[in-house]
Amino acid sequence: MILSTQLPLFPEAASTIAPEVDALYFFLIAVSSFFAILIFSLVFFFAIRYRRRSESERPRPIVGSLKLELLWTVIPLILSMVMFAWGAKVYYDIYTPPTDALNIYVVGKQWMWKLQHPEGVREINELHVPVGAKVRLTMTSEDVIHSFYIPAFRIKMDVLPGRYTTVWFEATRPGKYHLFCAEYCGTQHSNMIGSVYALEPDAYEDWLSGASAQALSMAEAGRQIFHQADCVTCHLSDDPLGPSLSGLYGSRVQLDSGETVVADQEYIRESILNPNAKIVAGYESVMPTYRGLLNEEEILQLIAYIRSINDISGTDGGSAATERMESDQ
Amino acid sequence: MSSSFGPPKKSAESYLTAGYSLKSWLVTEDHKRIAILYLISISVFFVVGGLFAVLIRLELLTPGADLLEADTYNKLFTMHGLVMIFFFLVPSIPAVLGNFLIPMMIGARDLAFPKINLLSWYIFAVGGLFTVVVALWGGVDTGWTFYTPYSSTYSNSAVTLMAVGVFITGFSSILTGLNFIVTIHKMRAPGLTWFRLPLFVWAHYATALIMLLGTPVIAITMLLLVLERGFGIGIFDPALGGDPVLFQHLFWFYSHPAVYIMILPAMGVISELITCFSRKRIFGYSFVAFSSLAIAILGFLVWGHHLFTSGQSIYAGMVFSVLTMLVAIPSAIKTFNWTATLYKGSVAFDTPMLYAFGFIGLFTIGGLTGLFLGTLGLDVHVHDTYFVVAHFHYIMVGGAIMGYLGGLHFWWPKMVGRLYPEGWAKLSALIIFIGFNLTFFPQFLVGYLGMPRRYHVYPDEFQVFHVLSTAGASILAVGYLLPVIYLVWSVFRGERAPANPWRAKGLEWETPSPPPTFNFDETPVVKEEAYNYSPREAEVV
Repeated sequence: MILSTQLPLFPEAASTIAPEVDALYFFLIAVSSFFAILIFSLVFFFAIRYRRRSESERPRPIVGSLKLELLWTVIPLILSMVMFAWGAKVYYDIYTPPTDALNIYVVGKQWMWKLQHPEGVREINELHVPVGAKVRLTMTSEDVIHSFYIPAFRIKMDVLPGRYTTVWFEATRPGKYHLFCAEYCGTQHSNMIGSVYALEPDAYEDWLSGASAQALSMAEAGRQIFHQADCVTCHLSDDPLGPSLSGLYGSRVQLDSGETVVADQEYIRESILNPNAKIVAGYESVMPTYRGLLNEEEILQLIAYIRSINDISGTDGGSAATERMESDQ
Repeated sequence: MSSSFGPPKKSAESYLTAGYSLKSWLVTEDHKRIAILYLISISVFFVVGGLFAVLIRLELLTPGADLLEADTYNKLFTMHGLVMIFFFLVPSIPAVLGNFLIPMMIGARDLAFPKINLLSWYIFAVGGLFTVVVALWGGVDTGWTFYTPYSSTYSNSAVTLMAVGVFITGFSSILTGLNFIVTIHKMRAPGLTWFRLPLFVWAHYATALIMLLGTPVIAITMLLLVLERGFGIGIFDPALGGDPVLFQHLFWFYSHPAVYIMILPAMGVISELITCFSRKRIFGYSFVAFSSLAIAILGFLVWGHHLFTSGQSIYAGMVFSVLTMLVAIPSAIKTFNWTATLYKGSVAFDTPMLYAFGFIGLFTIGGLTGLFLGTLGLDVHVHDTYFVVAHFHYIMVGGAIMGYLGGLHFWWPKMVGRLYPEGWAKLSALIIFIGFNLTFFPQFLVGYLGMPRRYHVYPDEFQVFHVLSTAGASILAVGYLLPVIYLVWSVFRGERAPANPWRAKGLEWETPSPPPTFNFDETPVVKEEAYNYSPREAEVV
């Protein structure tokens, strides 16, 4: 448990990225200490050694030294470029989720975290994850900007209204860790906190099967919304009114503007809430907006459903998809 | 211009005795009197902002909520930031010391536009009045950063009024910047070439460029915020079709350069102090001068480093990270040159020099920890934690306020014609240094542990750091109160100051203390380099 009563000086490192961030931190501490101690000792030494001994002192003026100027320009420049390159590498790793990750969905609102696993299990202000598995978080906010921060994993990502952001991690040590909101979000900002439980894979499976006993999977919940919200009327197959959504996810879509876009979760979200923003080639802009009719969680479930009907049909041509959807499962 | 006027008739009369009525102060066009008006007003704001900080630190003494409601706490840190940045730090050195000294340092009788200078102060006062009204109205709870859509849609506090206050105050800054630029270009005394200018003037020139070019952007940003909040025009709130991150780009496009508005003038002060109290010309004059300009220019290109976790493209993050690293270089150049100036000097330990030493130490730590934040992968963890809080206080309090206090002590005899009590001054410089480090160093540690900023309550294991911090803050408060007391005392009871108590170089020291209204009886003619402390050939090492 990290909630120890002793004086902590260093945070627990409980993800694969944490040791990398810490190594970078130690490198910066080493470089900074070197320069800080160098400057402090020079100032201290010069101030004592050349202290004023008499009011009539007239020290010899020194204009400067090009060699020294170059020295203390070039060396810090090189070191700072090392910091940049190393930092950029770690940054790229933090924000480039692997494709085989477990997907968990996060919705932030004033002032709580709502999370949902693909199996349908919902959590509030708690997140259970298996140790040793890559976990990708897809996040959005219902209101203001929040920021999802797990110090022990060294990851943080702002959670924005109106779009999705993603971050990933792989927990390495079982335990209970802090989850904080790191972007000021209003009155109860400091209570928008929770806990992340990293469990051994067996324990995680037990937890998940216990918790998901009655839960609908996200895709199944999405399928129900697909019917209840009448999406099914136009999008079941390549209806004259709307394109089929089978095989859509991840495919390239030809728009009537001539552009092509990748049908990712951001595109699907926009098509639900602002259908006229991007019209698929060959279709009229007749779809009404679902803004206000579906909440963020329902949209995420719909996306999970649309994604799931990829796996079944196995096609990749979204706009060209002509296959009938054999089943909605 | 500079040589076009004859000796003023009443040259013996000091600017302080030129009139005693309230009106003689409120309609003055004398840059020195306007500087005093600024000094009084920003001191009031400093005390107010400081009181907010005291309440914040007291609340954070314990992990739970015991002194303040969450809402009150949020309003206090917001008002602390707003007051300290817009109403103390941004005007501090430029509007007080810059206003007082730039004309004197360049041998002019006033700034280029004395009436505009007075207008700047009135605009500042009106903006300040808005802040006072906002505070009495119940305050603002958005953080000084006003992030949307919280500020535009969700906050129930006096956001619009405060945004208008910031909008108005900005024009004071713009006009001051304009005045400085024109003055430095057009009103230098004969012989005072660019490379003979005191580095204080160079630093203010760079600062004035930022004020003139950056401040309009915050004005536009505040205007857009008010349009959205007041009229529902969708600019930032996605529910209205806006982009919340756009606000962050606009806000930091001004607010990052604003950091340099706060620190560059302090760097200028330090160059004056180090040279005077080691009786040496500055080591590498042109490097120190151009590094100010480099900071001003590069400072406009790094705003995106506040957005590394905002969902900004990772490649944009990389560009901003490289540029952030580059802006560290001119700061390093300055620090090394100040250090080298001490070499083989004649180093005295008067109060202003103690502040200069304090500045070098604290600015070094503040600058180096800035590299931690500019390093992408590391910033993800420490962004929006107390690590950031510690870093910017090392720059803005450890750097800018140490510079301001050092400069205020250095030029105090010139400004008021009296000496301050040296013993008390040294003691309070020491107290400030110790109190500052005790307040803010623990915040680096608790920041890396993961303590987020702007938290009213926090997990128990962070408490020990907050206790240290609050203890330090109470020491710091004593350190700041002492100068307020003894400086005010010295105005009435201090020993009369000679024209040049430090035997310093610079045209401002060639006038009586306090100076006459038009500064110089005759326009001085400059025949030597800045900081010519020894009339000997300078050597190149």
